[in-house]
Amino acid sequence: MQIPEGLRYTKTHEWVKRLDGQAQVGITSHAQEELRDVVYVELPQVGRTVKQGEATAVVESVKAAFDIYAPVSGTIVQVNTALSTSPQLVNQDCYGQGWFFAITPSNPPELNGLMGPADYEQLIKAAAH
Amino acid sequence: MDYLPHTDEQFREMLQTIGVRSFEELLTNIPAEARCTSFNLPEGLSEAEVLQACESLSMPTRSLRELASFLGFGAYHHLVPTVVDSLAARGEWLSPYTPYQAEASQGTLQMIYEFQTMVCELLGMDVANASIYDGASSLAEAALMALRTSARPRLLISEAVHPHYRHVVATYLSGFPCVIQEIPHVEGVTDLEALAAACKDDVAAVLMQQPNVFGCLEPMEQAAAITHRVGGFFVANAYPISLGLIKPPGAYGADIAVAEGRCLGSPVAFGGPGLGLFAAKQSFLRRMPGRLAGCTTDQAQRRGFTLTLQTREQHIRREQATSNICTNEGWLCLRATIFLSLLGPQGLRDMASLNVHKAHTVFERLRTFEWIEPVFAQPFFNEFAVRYKGRTVEAVNQALLTRGVVGGLSLEPWYPSLGESALWCATELTSEEQVNRMIDALTSVRGA
Amino acid sequence: MSETIEMTDKDLSAEPLIFERSVPGRRSYRLPPVSLPKPLESLLPADALRAEPPALPEVDELGVVRHFTRLSQLNFSVDTQFYPLGSCTMKYNPKLNDRIASWSRCALVHPMQPESTAQGLLGLLFELEQLLCQITGMAAFTLQPAAGAQGELTGLKIIRAYHRAKGHPRSTILIPDSAHGTNPASAALSGFRVVKLASGPDGLIDLRELEQHLSDDVAALMLTNPNTLGLFEKDIFAISNLLHEHGGLVYLDGANMNALLGIVKPGDIGVDLIQLNLHKTFSTPHGGGGPGAGPVGVTKALEAFLPTPRVGRRGEQYVFEDGGTHSIGRVHGFYGNVGVLVRAYVYIRTLGKEGLQGVSRAAIINANYLKAKLAELLPVPFDTHCLHEFVASLKALKAHGVSAWDVAKRLLDEGFYAPTVYFPMIVEEAFMVEPTETESKETLDAFAQALTRIVDEAKARPDVVKHAPERLPVGRVDEVKAAREPNLRWAKKRG
Repeated sequence: MQIPEGLRYTKTHEWVKRLDGQAQVGITSHAQEELRDVVYVELPQVGRTVKQGEATAVVESVKAAFDIYAPVSGTIVQVNTALSTSPQLVNQDCYGQGWFFAITPSNPPELNGLMGPADYEQLIKAAAH
Repeated sequence: MDYLPHTDEQFREMLQTIGVRSFEELLTNIPAEARCTSFNLPEGLSEAEVLQACESLSMPTRSLRELASFLGFGAYHHLVPTVVDSLAARGEWLSPYTPYQAEASQGTLQMIYEFQTMVCELLGMDVANASIYDGASSLAEAALMALRTSARPRLLISEAVHPHYRHVVATYLSGFPCVIQEIPHVEGVTDLEALAAACKDDVAAVLMQQPNVFGCLEPMEQAAAITHRVGGFFVANAYPISLGLIKPPGAYGADIAVAEGRCLGSPVAFGGPGLGLFAAKQSFLRRMPGRLAGCTTDQAQRRGFTLTLQTREQHIRREQATSNICTNEGWLCLRATIFLSLLGPQGLRDMASLNVHKAHTVFERLRTFEWIEPVFAQPFFNEFAVRYKGRTVEAVNQALLTRGVVGGLSLEPWYPSLGESALWCATELTSEEQVNRMIDALTSVRGA
Repeated sequence: MSETIEMTDKDLSAEPLIFERSVPGRRSYRLPPVSLPKPLESLLPADALRAEPPALPEVDELGVVRHFTRLSQLNFSVDTQFYPLGSCTMKYNPKLNDRIASWSRCALVHPMQPESTAQGLLGLLFELEQLLCQITGMAAFTLQPAAGAQGELTGLKIIRAYHRAKGHPRSTILIPDSAHGTNPASAALSGFRVVKLASGPDGLIDLRELEQHLSDDVAALMLTNPNTLGLFEKDIFAISNLLHEHGGLVYLDGANMNALLGIVKPGDIGVDLIQLNLHKTFSTPHGGGGPGAGPVGVTKALEAFLPTPRVGRRGEQYVFEDGGTHSIGRVHGFYGNVGVLVRAYVYIRTLGKEGLQGVSRAAIINANYLKAKLAELLPVPFDTHCLHEFVASLKALKAHGVSAWDVAKRLLDEGFYAPTVYFPMIVEEAFMVEPTETESKETLDAFAQALTRIVDEAKARPDVVKHAPERLPVGRVDEVKAAREPNLRWAKKRG
């Protein structure tokens, strides 16, 4: 189970990467494994403001659709348009090319409140019981 | 008659296997106070008795076999080819459920795929679903989809859209944050000036009907252009049989097209069941309500079909579903697919031409009466409105009914400004005998 | 004696698309000749005419007959095999219903005919409403909704209108997590906020959970009874009292009415609204996905809100009556799925009082019998008698890498349609079985035997189960491909 260092994690299985003052967001390996084959991703509009915990994107498999929540508040500054033609990137490279969107954080301290890799690993282990 | 296969002996054996002494023991979780104390229903009957009882019950109804009907108003009496009835009667078509287990439902799924293709072709659109309940609910779902997609709050709907449809749209949208504004008609068609004046950039969609409720052909292209100028969606409610001849919604700029598809191979049946056709441009694909059948392959690369994009639907998205529709009108989809397969493009064109022929013949013959005049001067397909001078619609229709003729429908309940006017329709089933009977009856109608 | 149909390769070869049988210029159906009183161009303006004919297939009549006959043979159906789809009530669809519904005096009647010429049909609709009232204990019904889901929508709009009329609009609907997906979808569509209630450990509504969520913003509780696990909500009086004390309404999803006929009347247990599914309990054919009908019954207090028009009686005459100012409006272009309503009426008259009582009795016995036969194989998480359906969990097979979905697919190989899988969501690897009352003991025994074989197979040779079905015209279809690369219509290949 891949849980890279250097990222922060949410209880709802999103990861956040600090990249040039932006917060890049995707879903974890655990999430994409549960979801299985991703068939479609609905991405937010660039320019939209979101609050921490707000449903921002939707990821669909054949049998399920899940909301992806903004891990931090801010403005959507970029979305990964590659996902519209290649949704399978979410399964193949969830921490890299399978990223969803990037936020310009309006409240940077929020990021510190998120989990580190060790705590996220605990969360998954606990849920498995 | 109860259709139960069990013998008393078998019931006893089964209760034993379950481990109870009586059926009552299986109901222990039901509180005694909840048990009903009366169940006053008539006694059951044998098949012969049921047939007799229903025969008696149906006696006071006069069907379109004996009545010469000139009614339309959104319900059209069209031919149903014999083969549609015989094929559709097969138990393998009538008795399965929704095709959720794809491998066990390839018949239904392939049929829906063929149906979706034919609906796209008929309406001139990119993608069609496996049907909504009827034309009216299709129009309401189209309005909902337009509102959600555009995130704009206003809908414009022509007064020349069928009043029942407008009522259903209003009922569906009650509780939804939007405003519905009606656009008046002038000289039998939607008032384009009024439409243009109402079309601001808060308009999500414009809803019109072709032919409209009066049977008149609307300036759909211009209306679509007006709508698109403000970035709204143009929604057209079409008449499938007419599409054998007249321009389909896709060709005049519709973004979403709906129709009442019952006329494609199913009987009038007192207005139900219906078959709501629903089609749209490709960009609406992920927002479409209802089911979609898609073509795919299995591991051995054999072609197969399956329900797809189901994550929009109620059984997965639940409260975020694009709609709540579960059961649709599958059996009528089948009938429509068989119907369109039998008729083909030439047959449908011939049928449409016959409708034009019959309706215009009736129109000309009605006009020979000096007390009957057309209300509008618009081109029409198979339906038109006339006004009576010195006679009421009621009196005319009463006289006609005594001769077994049902005359044109009074428009007064919905369009009182039109005076003593009636909506007449003729289809390919309108016979010369029926027309002569009607004309004969009309000559006996006394004036004021 | 086998209850299943043996399918051979000869019967199941792939059937081309109807378009692939098409030959340009081939004609089949003929209409009478056309002669227009004036040339077409003078009757219809040129710019109103279609430039291109629709690309419909050009096929001969025999070709059409073969195509749709062969396609039908690719379907599993109630008429050919056991179809224990939980929550769908796949009982026998009596042909007598179809016969009468096809009579001219039912099928060839125009909805706008003068009422005096449609008295038989109006009388049937009036009587059907009365019969449904008797069966359910409700005061009045609307027959307009064209399906259960549309019935729910209708019911929710009535709920909304009721609270607004009282001057206190309410915005919340409570729905148990075991509910059918149409419930929250319909509620959201009607502009309500949905609050999910966690089921108690016994699969039933937890009274404390309910109490915690009650407020004066709760418009209604939507429940199914028996619930989707086939269990009767034994606290129903406490539940409805709680709702009513808070000024809320109780909406019953009547999909499971097959268990209650002649045993419990919803009107007696505090239900304010109920939608029935005529294509479930009342035997009308499912048709491969409709048409159905979802009449909605209400208490006297809600009658004024029913859709318009209603069928009333004035002396000896049946008439359409306007719904009045409080009516929520219309949900159908005309009066509902009359063809389906006629079938349900015939069914109720055929069965009558004792027949309908016999339906619930046999349905409950059949379900409990099958549950007992499968007790060791498929544990049911809730240790009590079920009503007309039960939900088993196949999670024990996960150890062998086999899921409920796999077992369902292998059942198809055995010639049985599979039970509902993965619903309700509160049971892991759920397998919802509803045999219905029209199935014989031999069929249930054969099904139990088939399942036993499959479970053994899952332990001994899981791969076979995981790759099922292997005896059908197609194997497992690639649903991922279908969703990633949507191909929703045939198109002519550009040469």
